[in-house]
Amino acid sequence: MRYPCDKALKQKSIPGDTMSITVKFFASLRETVGMEGTTLDSASAQTAQQAWTAATDGREMPVNTLIAVNMEYAGADAAVTDGDEVAFFPPVTGGAGGDTR
Amino acid sequence: MSLKLLGEGFDPWTELQRHQAHNPQLAGKYGATSIFIGTMRDFNDGAGVDGMLLEHYPAMTQKHLQAISREAMARWDILDTLIIHRFGEIHPDDPIVLLAVWSAHRSESFPACRYLIEELKSRAPFWKKEVNGKDARWVEHNTPG
Repeated sequence: MRYPCDKALKQKSIPGDTMSITVKFFASLRETVGMEGTTLDSASAQTAQQAWTAATDGREMPVNTLIAVNMEYAGADAAVTDGDEVAFFPPVTGGAGGDTR
Repeated sequence: MSLKLLGEGFDPWTELQRHQAHNPQLAGKYGATSIFIGTMRDFNDGAGVDGMLLEHYPAMTQKHLQAISREAMARWDILDTLIIHRFGEIHPDDPIVLLAVWSAHRSESFPACRYLIEELKSRAPFWKKEVNGKDARWVEHNTPG
């Protein structure tokens, strides 16, 4: 059950801790951009695309990049806000259905 | 519904026995157990492969594999599911994934098990990097079916 105070508690910041957006990169994309991730001031991005641009100093996003906002697949125009986690990664290749390609 | 993400090797047959032993509510109820085991092959595009590094996005992997299991439970009349998936360093012949579905009848367990592997392959955030001697390369695509 969600109580009315939950939202207030979530938004309450610890002294010295500003609300931010967490950005993560995985697999080949992590190697391409040269970092595992970063944190952005939430004022610097309102969409996933803007988060990418801010985190990578304006690098162009590869065409096959997949995006997840708070662990759910999303489009480049998906909204991002304080406390969100945005991840960028290449097509997934798990499972091993008797093949690796 | 059980889910394990393992950084070390596992024996799928032992895991199946353990799951059934630890879930006595299944006893006497299931007439069908459908399983899928995915194992690492030692070749890819005709080139030898020494091993593989399997990377994942832990929180998202957990979330989506749980969702896939819930969807299978809702869509078919099945009793239980088990998903075990490796990450980290993997070598040829190592099991990578184990999927199991228990149900009263095979008409429910077979399609549910197929659903688990197909959804896992398209949705769960895992990435393979093949290692061959000093060379390493990311696998860019999964083949269908």
